Amino acid sequence: MKFFETLIKGEEGVFKPDTLTRMQKMTLRFVVVGLFYYGFAVIEGMIMRIYEIQPIPDISTKQFFAIMTAHPLVGIFGSTYSIVFGAFLFLVPFLMSKPLWSIKLGNWTLWLIAGGTMIFWLSGFITHYAPLYTLYWPLPADFTQFSVIGGTFFITGIALVMLGTIFFVINIYKTITYTPEGWEKQPKGALLKSALGITAVTNLFRSKKKEQLVSLPVAAIAQGTVDVAFNAAIILFTGVLILIFMVAALFGVDLKSTAIDALLYKNWFWWGLDLVADGLVLIFVAGTWYLLATLITGKKLYMEKVARIALLVELVVSWTVWSHHLLSDQAQPGYLKVVSGELVTAFELITQGLAFFITLTTLWSARPLKMTNPLKFLLGGLLGFALAVPAGIMQADIGLNRILHNTQWVIGPHVHVAVLVGLAMTLYSAIYFLLPILTNGAKIYSQKLANFHFWAQLLGGVGMGAFMGMAGLQGMLRRSLYVNGEFNLYMILAGVCGTFLLLGFLAFFYNIVMTVGLNGVIGIFRPSKYETRDLLPK
Amino acid sequence: MVDSSAVLQGQTLAYTLYSLAILLLMGWFGFKITRQGKEKKSKDGLFYAFVTMLVILGVSLHIVTYNTIPWAEMDLNRAGIKADKVFEITVEKHQFFLPSEKLIVKCNEKVLFNVTSKDLTYGFGLFRKDNSMLFQMQVVPGHKNDLLWQFDKPGVYSIRSTEYSGPEGYNMVVRDAVEVKCTE
Repeated sequence: MKFFETLIKGEEGVFKPDTLTRMQKMTLRFVVVGLFYYGFAVIEGMIMRIYEIQPIPDISTKQFFAIMTAHPLVGIFGSTYSIVFGAFLFLVPFLMSKPLWSIKLGNWTLWLIAGGTMIFWLSGFITHYAPLYTLYWPLPADFTQFSVIGGTFFITGIALVMLGTIFFVINIYKTITYTPEGWEKQPKGALLKSALGITAVTNLFRSKKKEQLVSLPVAAIAQGTVDVAFNAAIILFTGVLILIFMVAALFGVDLKSTAIDALLYKNWFWWGLDLVADGLVLIFVAGTWYLLATLITGKKLYMEKVARIALLVELVVSWTVWSHHLLSDQAQPGYLKVVSGELVTAFELITQGLAFFITLTTLWSARPLKMTNPLKFLLGGLLGFALAVPAGIMQADIGLNRILHNTQWVIGPHVHVAVLVGLAMTLYSAIYFLLPILTNGAKIYSQKLANFHFWAQLLGGVGMGAFMGMAGLQGMLRRSLYVNGEFNLYMILAGVCGTFLLLGFLAFFYNIVMTVGLNGVIGIFRPSKYETRDLLPK
Repeated sequence: MVDSSAVLQGQTLAYTLYSLAILLLMGWFGFKITRQGKEKKSKDGLFYAFVTMLVILGVSLHIVTYNTIPWAEMDLNRAGIKADKVFEITVEKHQFFLPSEKLIVKCNEKVLFNVTSKDLTYGFGLFRKDNSMLFQMQVVPGHKNDLLWQFDKPGVYSIRSTEYSGPEGYNMVVRDAVEVKCTE
């Protein structure tokens, strides 16, 4: 009986969704949607892991590549964007002690991302539209291979996600700079300068230092949001471009795809796309590490001034590193390969290394610390990036790229270790930390399950990346299929590690459902009884 | 020219050692952080030494590889190097069209592979019998895609597209398309 009671009401019936404010409910909805799509991405990942060992008879190769197209987009937009945007729409007002500029706009962001992700996922699932996330021209407009209608829905879904993203950007900047009703007028310009890191730089040259009006984590959120905005603009523009070709095809008009220069397009698109992997992710993660380190220890961040400047450097670096994705493009100018592809990219080793050192030193200064869930997942996140960033720097080298580009090395030790260990474990750390705050003190159902989640995520993520990397060093390509079992040893081992990831997620999901109960999950989606814009109940 | 497999072995060793070191460091840190320690102010000197080390590492990696990986310099300067042999290869509708059934290369010849795409973005890579990669490049439509390579030992290589070009792309393999012959 106790099991069913807990399943319905949550652990000890502590979680009462009726007590939640509008802000708490909005944030928790983001988390639920994000975890829902994370589950999608994990299942898709496992299907591909199995397929790489032995093609599944009921899944055609077209379906396989459609899954491969949707998988990273569901993971990044549907899952990560939802969790990160939800957390930041809560944290910026929380850290600035002022209400969110617009809860309504926040909810629009949520539903546009949730709906847009479902639309592009469904169009890929039903029509097998599969140009991959890279969309190398003219593949997305190659209607001899792909359905025009499927592509139209796919691109529309992505466009909706980007619209929700733009609403997030507006909400964040408005929240930082606006003056709430009844407040003394806020210094808009000074707040913006502090948030964008300009004050940190100009303070270097001033004898009388200006006060920072926003905290370091808020500055990190604001600066990462600059890349979010640029990325959304580039993807939206590219989407419109592809849609023009699609709409023309629907009306029977064939626009010559050669009207667009494939290399120029590749540069343009990678410039925008790279603002995610080499921009906002690194900046947001560094900011989250700083926030978690100070919250866990209760101490001031070590080298805070340097950390502020490093964030701005990372932002500028993120605008100039795209060419490392084009080191194997022989028509790409050599100076771009050397300067943007190699030298500027190497700065990421420095900026991310600084964030790593500063976070560890802050934690170290507060010894002894209790090994709580937020702390252990934070350490996992730090380890993930410590492994993944150097792997990326190695492939961003003209010599090594010749034998690493598009191999499993890129997607294994670099991308999947960064995402599944570095990013995901940082996000889990934040979720475990914020859970009692957002739920008014809900008690975690099982610490044993939380421990299992930690080890399954860590060993599964590092192991899967390692075995994919070994296959890559033996010549196995990404974005391809090997149907004769050429790399089966590595793929089976990577599949075992992938199973750990799946089990870890299921343990976490079950633990959370048992913590808040099914009534609690449903209650999150019911309107709040409180009309207030307060973050937490008084 | 040093074979690319030797470069990969060096990289594997370096990254494996680094990974083990960082795993041990984080394990040690995780253990020590829960123990009582003497709380003293962090040494800023250590911080700046760490920053200096990162800068040296970031810059030296490319200097070292440029001077030790033989194809790096040749690739950047290939416009000024005269090739001993040129192979004009075309790709269209997920198929490679080679100038002859088998491309024969003599040892130590500088060979230019000039690959033109008539439709999509593809990849062009040479792979050994054990499926390991010798080299690859992207093949972008409307642009010159050329790669200069010097073979120093005999072997037979397959050509494979290394870039996704649609669900049919993974079948783009020409087995044993290139043969390198060496005479004593």
